[in-house]
Order: sequence, then C-alpha cells, then structure tokens
Amino acid sequence: MMDSVSSSSATVADKSVKRMQICRAEYRVIGRFVEQLRPTRQCMKTLQTQFPHLPPSTLLSIFSQEYQKRMKRSMARHHAPDVIKEYYQRYRSEAKTRPAAPLLLELANQVDLSPALLARLIVECFLEERQASVGASRHVLNNMLREPYLIPDLLLAKHVEQCTVNDCCYGPLVDCIKHAIGLEHEDLLRDKLRETHLSFLDENQLRAKGYDKTPDIILEVPIAVDGHIVHWIESKASFGDDHSHHTYLNEQFWSYCNRFGPGLVIYWYGFVSELDCQRDRGILLRDGFPLDIVTLCQGPARGRV
Amino acid sequence: MAALLESLLLGRIYESQNFPFKFSKEEFVPFVLNFLWDQSSQALTHGPTTPAKTPSTSRSRRSAQRPSLGDFMTSPPEAQPLRTAAQRPQEEWGVWWVCVRPSDGNSRCCDGGRRSRGVGRNEPVATKPSRRINPTPVSAERPNSKPKSCFTSTALSLPSSPPTRPESAGAKLTAGSPLSLQEERELLRRERSELAQQTSSPLKTTSAIRTPTKTVHRQGSKVTPDLQSPCPDPDKVTQKSELDLLAELYCTCISENLVPCVFLELFFMLQLLTSRGVSVSESLTWETDCVYFSVRVLENQLVSHLDKCTLRLLSENERVGTFSSSLRDRLAQAQDSCTAKVSVIPFQPATDNRTNFSSDRAFHTFKKQRDMFYGLLREWEDSHKEPGWDFEAALGSRVRTMVSQLTAAGSHSHFAGLFQKQLIQMCKGPCVLGSSNNAPDADLLGMLGADSLGRLKHLQQCLVQPQGLFGPCPPPSFPGHQEFFKHFLQTASCCQLNQHLKDGLCQQLLKLDEVSILAPDASPALGEETGDGDMEQQVRKQRFSTVLLTARLLAQFLSFISFLPYQTTELPSRDIQDAAITLRSKSSPVLDVCAVLRSSVHRRRTILTVHWMVEFLSMLDYAGPFLSCYRTALCLLLQIYKMVLGRGGELCYMNQLLMVAVLGWLFQIPIFPEDLFFSTDLKEEVKELEDITSSQGLDTFPLVDQQLLYTCCPYLGEFRKLLAAFVAGSTSKSGGLIRKITPTSAPVNSRSFWPCRPCAFFHNQPPSLRRTVEFVAERISSNCVKHIKSVSHHLVSFFFFLHVNPCKSIKMFSSFHIFLTLCVVGLCLCWSS
Repeated sequence: MMDSVSSSSATVADKSVKRMQICRAEYRVIGRFVEQLRPTRQCMKTLQTQFPHLPPSTLLSIFSQEYQKRMKRSMARHHAPDVIKEYYQRYRSEAKTRPAAPLLLELANQVDLSPALLARLIVECFLEERQASVGASRHVLNNMLREPYLIPDLLLAKHVEQCTVNDCCYGPLVDCIKHAIGLEHEDLLRDKLRETHLSFLDENQLRAKGYDKTPDIILEVPIAVDGHIVHWIESKASFGDDHSHHTYLNEQFWSYCNRFGPGLVIYWYGFVSELDCQRDRGILLRDGFPLDIVTLCQGPARGRV
Repeated sequence: MAALLESLLLGRIYESQNFPFKFSKEEFVPFVLNFLWDQSSQALTHGPTTPAKTPSTSRSRRSAQRPSLGDFMTSPPEAQPLRTAAQRPQEEWGVWWVCVRPSDGNSRCCDGGRRSRGVGRNEPVATKPSRRINPTPVSAERPNSKPKSCFTSTALSLPSSPPTRPESAGAKLTAGSPLSLQEERELLRRERSELAQQTSSPLKTTSAIRTPTKTVHRQGSKVTPDLQSPCPDPDKVTQKSELDLLAELYCTCISENLVPCVFLELFFMLQLLTSRGVSVSESLTWETDCVYFSVRVLENQLVSHLDKCTLRLLSENERVGTFSSSLRDRLAQAQDSCTAKVSVIPFQPATDNRTNFSSDRAFHTFKKQRDMFYGLLREWEDSHKEPGWDFEAALGSRVRTMVSQLTAAGSHSHFAGLFQKQLIQMCKGPCVLGSSNNAPDADLLGMLGADSLGRLKHLQQCLVQPQGLFGPCPPPSFPGHQEFFKHFLQTASCCQLNQHLKDGLCQQLLKLDEVSILAPDASPALGEETGDGDMEQQVRKQRFSTVLLTARLLAQFLSFISFLPYQTTELPSRDIQDAAITLRSKSSPVLDVCAVLRSSVHRRRTILTVHWMVEFLSMLDYAGPFLSCYRTALCLLLQIYKMVLGRGGELCYMNQLLMVAVLGWLFQIPIFPEDLFFSTDLKEEVKELEDITSSQGLDTFPLVDQQLLYTCCPYLGEFRKLLAAFVAGSTSKSGGLIRKITPTSAPVNSRSFWPCRPCAFFHNQPPSLRRTVEFVAERISSNCVKHIKSVSHHLVSFFFFLHVNPCKSIKMFSSFHIFLTLCVVGLCLCWSS
C-alpha cells in the first residue's frame, strides 16, 4: 500500500503503457483467488506472485474492493451485539495473559474481519464500558482510532495502532492514503492536460461558478479520443469493477453526461474491459491519460505526452 | 433518327461529316432515352414503371390496354387522372418528359391527393379542364427544372404511370426498321382515338373498388415475382459492344445535363439492374443485357448522385458484385459517415445555477430531475422497441414521481425549458452542417455510423413501421424520439408543466416565425442578388431548414398539448360536437392562427409559416376544425393552396413543391373536414390574400432542397422504399418487400467525425458565443468574397502595369501580396469556424 502511495507520477505514467484492462472472466478468477486472502502484506505478495502480469497497484485495488464487498456481506454477522461482546471478552481475557502479542490482529485473522473494523468495534465497547450511561460519540471514537494514544488504555491503544497500520483496506490511514492517491491523480491529470496545452476548468472552479455536478475536469474546448468527443474528464484512482463502476455511473458519470455531453473516465488502475460499453452514449473509459488525443485545431495527430 | 442510332451502334459512323441526317440535339436525346426505355421495358416486369417514359412514343402508349404489370399490380388511385393526362398525345418530338416539369408535378400530386378521398369527389377533378399539358419543346438549359427537382417530382408521381412494353420485336433496333416520324405521328393519332373509346371504363371500375390507399399499396408493393431466376452471368452478355456504346452515349447525355432528371434515369437504371423476367427461359438474355448496361452506366456516371442508403443497398446487390467488382468497391468506400451527436442540453451556469432558483430545494430537486429525465430517456431508448413494452407500465410511475417532485419544488418552468430544448435537440431532424446537399439524412447517418442513438433510431424505423408502403398520406405521427416526449407528456399529465410548455413553445414558435433567414445584408438590390454566391445561398438554405424543422416540431407539440384535453378516440356525435363548439368558441385559442397566416402571406413568408401551420392544424381534435378560428385558418390554407397552384412562376419551384406536398397531406388526413375543400365561401379572403404588399420575402428565394423536402415529407420517401424493395427482392427467395437489416459495426475512425466537431465545440459554451462566432464568420466570408472580387480587378490592372511599368508594379505587388495573405487568413478563419 505504501508503495503505491509513494508511486510518483512518473511510475504511474509508465504503468499506463502497460495494459490494465482485464476481461470479466479474468476478473472473476482474481476475485475467486482473493476470497481466501486477508488484508496483510503477506497476502498481497501471494497475490502478486499469482498474477505477475498485472501491476501491484491494480491488484491491490482489486483486492481492496473485493475485500470491502466481503466485509459488507459479513457485516451483520460481526455486528450482532452478542458477537461484539464475545470479541471484546476474548480480547480482554487474552490481554491479561499475553499482552505483548498482536492480539487484535490475531483475532481479526481468526474471525475474518478487517483488523481496523475490529479495532473500531473493540474501542466502541471499551468506551461504552467506561462511561456506561453516555453512548460514545462518533467524533470521539473516530479521533481515538486516528490517534490511538488518545485511548486511555495504553495497551489497547497499542493494539489498535497495530490494526490501523497493518490493515490495507480499512482504517483512517488507508482513507488518508486513498484520498492522497485520488488527489495525486487529479493533479497528474491536470499536469498532463497542461502539457498537452488543453484549456480546462477544474472541480473547484466549476463549484465556484455554481455548477450542480462537477467532474474533475471540464475541457473548455472539446477533444476527440478514439473518435469520441470528450467534454469532461473524471479521474478515478482505483480499479473499475462492475460494482464500483455502476455506482459511479449512477451517481456521477450519467449526471456529467446529462449536463456536459460525452466525456472520459480514467481508471488509473485499470478496469473490467466489458464495462467500456457506453462509448456511444458518451462515457469512454481509459486506464491512463489518452495518448491519441485529437484537438479541434490540429487535426488528427499524436498528443504530446 | 433511329437509323442514325442504328448505324451508330453498328459502327458505321465514325465521323461527323458522314451524318446522313440533320437533326438537333433536342431531338436526338429524347429519342435515345426513349429507345433505351423501349428496348429494356421487356425486362421490367416488376415494380412501377418510370413515369416520364410513358407519354413518349406511340409504342409505349399502347401499353395502357395491354395486359402487363397492371394485371397483377393494381395501380394506385393517383394513377387515374395522371394517366389520362399523360396519355394526351403529344405530337412533337422531345416532349416526352413534359409530365415531370414543375407545373405538372404540382397539379399531379394535388389531384392525386384529392382523388383518393372517396369516389364522390372524383368527378369534378377528373373533368377539370385545366389539366391540359402543353407540350414543351426540349431545351438544353431547362431553366426551372434542375435534376433534383425532377427527382422529387418523379417521386411524387411515381405510381402514376402504367407499365409499358414494346409492342413487338419490331421495336428491336437491330432487327426491325425504325419508324419514320410521320409514321409515328400517324400511330399517335390512331392511338388517341382508340384511347378515347377505351380508357374510361376499366379505370373507373378499378377506382371504385379501391378505397384505402394502404391496402392498395400493399398489393402494389409486392413487386418482385416469386421465382428465383438464375443470376445473370456477365459472360453471357450478347451485345457487349453495342451496349458499351449505348452506355457511353447515355452517360454523355447525363453528364451533359441533357436529361431532364438525373434521378429518373437512376431509377430506370436500378430497375434494369434489378429486373427479372416473368419467364426464365425467355428473359434471361434480356436480363443479362439489361444488368450489364445498367452496371456500365452506374460505373460511369450516376453513383455520385445517390444517397448513402441507396449506395449501401447497391453495394450489397449481388449483381453489382458479379458484373463489376470495382463498382462494388467504390460503393463500399463511399459509405463512410459521420456521427457523434450531441444529445444533451448542456448545463449553463448563467441560467442553471443556484441563483436561478427560488430555493435551495428547488435547485437540488431540479438537479435530480435532470438526471431522472435523462435516465428515463435512456431507458426508453433501450427498451421501447421490445415487444410488449409499454411506456405506462415501464416508466409511468417514475414519470409521475418525478413530476410530483417538480410540483413540490415548484420548478416547472425550469423543467419545461429543459424538456423543450431536449425535444428540439433530438427531434428537429438532421443537424445540418456544412453544405446541406452533402449532409446525409439522419437515418442514414445512424444506420452506417457508430452512434447507437442513430442506429437505434434507424432500427426503430425499420421495426416499428409496418412493413410495406403507406401511401402518400399517413396520419400525423410522432416518429422517433418524439414518441418519448409525447408519451412523457401524456403520462405526466401535469397541467402546470403543460402550461409552462405551451408558453415556451408558443413564444419560441412565433420567434422562429419572425426570424430573419435572409442574411442581414440580403436586402436585395437586384444586382447584388445575381452575384450572390453559392455560399450565401447555402448558408441561407441551411438556416432556413433549421428554422423550418424546429418550427414544425414546436408547432406539432404545441398543438398536441393544446388539444390534448379535447382529444377523443371516437368521433363524437354531432350534438356533443356542437355543444363543445359552443363551449369552446368563447375562450381564446392558444395561437391566433389566422393573423399569423395572413401576415405570412403579406410578408411572403408562407413557405415557413404554412408549413408549421399545417403541422399545428394536423393535431386538431375532432371539434377543432369547426371552431371559427381554426376553420378560417383551414380555409386560408385552402386558398393559399389554390393560389400556389395558380401562381406557378412566382414561387421557387422547390418551395412550391414542398408547400403543395404538405398542404395536400393536410387535406387528406382524417381531421380535415370533408366538406371544406369545395366550399367557396372565402372569396374575400382570396382578395385579401392576393393583395400582397411585400415584393420580396422568403417565398421568392430558393430555400428548399431535396433533402429538406424529404425530411419534411417522409411520405415522399416511398420512392426509396420501392427501390429498397427491388434490391431486397433480388436477393430474397420470397420476394415482396423485405427489410434487410444488416448489422453494421461501429467504424472507429477519428477522421470520420471531424465535420461534427464544431457542433461539439459549442456544446458547453454559452449560446451567445455561437451566435458571435457565426456572425463573425459570416462577416468575414462576405467581406472576403467582396475583397477577392476587387482583387481580381486589381490583378488585371496589376499585370497591365507590369507590362507597362515594372518598377511601379513591384511596389504595388508588395501591398497586393499582403492583401492576398489577409484574404487567405480570413478564408481560413471562415472555414475553421
């Protein structure tokens, strides 16, 4: 995970040369393989050796999304009050016997729950126990997860931190990383556009003008990519699988189409190739900044990237 | 003349001084064309015959009584009056095509329209004396009838002519001795007397039996005999050299503009191409020769005149492939097309951001409305053609939810605006870019292109339209995407939305009606008008076609919404209707139709106003035509109709043709009261109308072209359908009208969409930018033309100076050079915009 965060724009550009579109069948294979994995570094290595032809960041993104789906499915199972109570009791009893061990991580592994999510449940219980009358406010809870040493119980704090650091799918750290990656790629996109001498409005400018829906980029002069006109560009620093793409379609892409005409979505970590079926309807998918840009004035020519 | 042709074909004549006869081009060309027709008609046992050929020579005239095509194909009702007209003997050479000349084309289609409306009405029309067609001598100039106009007039009169067949083998050139002119005239005279005795009775009976046009056309559309004859073999062409020579001759006639109507010839060639003998053994040789000839001509000549749909049909024709693979390849090449439609209304911060809404809630509701609306539209596109799909069942509840949200937030006016803009964007017809002559039809665009929207549209047309031909007067309909908007309004049935829409539509419609179509500086000093270049005319045509198509769409929907409350499925009883009329006579109509019409006549803008008025009135409810305002409007239209017919030369031919087509259609649809057509209670109106104040107006400019005519009157496209039927029939076993839908892959060709980019560029820009750019482009181009004119003048004097005084001229050259550069830059700017 950290690797992908530190990936400079240069490495991302390199990867975009490598084809990251995966057909649905292959995606299913990956999905099935991923089912048995836990969000640990070791598992990520296994995944990479299994699918060496795919970039690690793509695999991580796929895993992360599949894992989130898995967690959502098992949410009810883990969130039943008696189950939570049982987890807490187990942690408490273990903490007394061998406090030095990474207890929460082990527990998470045993019950197949994301360590960060488990930590959250445990801290919630801990807070409830301390101030039985008042329910712990969400804000306090989030702060404690973000800054474990705010937790009065230092041992718990240590265990929580272990969870946060070692979970590559959930937790405040991962949220930060994802946010940063998102921003980085938006920035990368803007750089590329400037390099290509394309004039554009970014999200913030659009918001200031009072647009009700704001893609990352609106081109002031449309371009053509692969014979399709592009008015707007949305950057997604993730892998485009069926689930996420359909959510994005309904919440963002169609709205952009409805307002600004046809546009381009860049899934920097690739996408399921079958999803690129709305080109004629105005949504073009790419796994990197397009190299075959045609502008209004220059006629068909290679973009200078 | 025939002897000349014969000797020519036999290779006797090589040099002009050997000409044994003296004759003019005007005589020879019709002879050649008629000769071709006569020679080939044996093979043409299928389909309607080419009308212009009918009154040609004595031999073909006889066919009216001969058992031929007419035996298994009832000719449509339009045929009767026309046939009598066409059969009027003409005793001049070179008059054979008079029936395609403008004046006749008009009278023809209007008569045809009237005739089919019931037996009782036939009499006064049939005996109308004004139907005499004066033989017109052929001239090579043909001031009024350009090829295109002829094409349309043939399409109008397409079903009119009886089939022709040469009487005997004596007509065969190589075998028989050609008749002299005198003999031919004699034959004509005899023919006429025969006709006088015979024609009336069989015609009358057929017209009496037949009532609805549709069934008749169905019968008529089964044009291909049901047998699978062996494919003609190019190696079995019997008279190759003669045919080659003939083809060359024919091509020259066409390329020299010696034929009256290129498309007529094309139709003829396609008939030949797809011809099929009745009996296999007899006709195979003929067929082979005909196909060979036709392919030769197509190879040389006509291809550039074809539209893309026909091109596709042609290139898929197996015979074309067999006889000329190079032609097939060229046809395939010619089919690239441009798509990429901009299909949504862009968000404009100036009109759409928060400040334009009364509350945050209204703003955010409208945000959702927009997405919901487009979601509905997409779903409709995806699924409305599926069997059993029902708008109400599938989308009804969502539409109502959406509208109730609108009502809650009070943002009807915004949505009405979006709805109206989207309606115009999707339904106003082809987005005319560049030269309107070259802009492909919307359906063709879609059929060939990558845009699924267009493809869907076309597919829908193929599937939704019942197979077979409709005849020239289908009831008013909401084709293509209009259907969505219509169903949406019906399902929403929201009075607030409807009222806002009515306001918006009415406002924009009247604005369009007033809009200046002639260029700002086209206050035509007559001298200027002649120098007025092609480009300006193109611009004008383009603007007009956009305005017209938009206006007719708006009128149709305005009318639909306005009369929606009164629509009934059944014709109400007289009493109910009278009560309704009394009740409604006091409330003011949505539009003062009469005033608009009158003013359009006075300002000579009928070509625009009449057209959308027809659309407006076509959607009236049953009681509507009896309300005084609408009745007066209908009467006015009737008078205009009669004036248009009478006026002839004043209107541009194509303008006139378009008006006649739409008016004739209006008078035919069920809503038009039957008694009105012959009522004569509008003498004063006539006077009023004849008192035209303005001398210059839209009507006098050539604004309509073939494409616009066909877009506005899709029922004229029956012509093309017949063609498609021939081509389809030639490859199908069962014969008849078969729609062959070929899957077309999306060509990913970035070049192919260049022409659409200006459209895309303006998409997200405020409309004012577009107007500004258009204005600047227009000024620059206009100025450039003027400058270039003066430059050419300078150029002459410059070279003169160069001759006289080299030193002085060098100085002049430098400034001249700068000036030229400026011109070029200006032109580039124009083109790039």
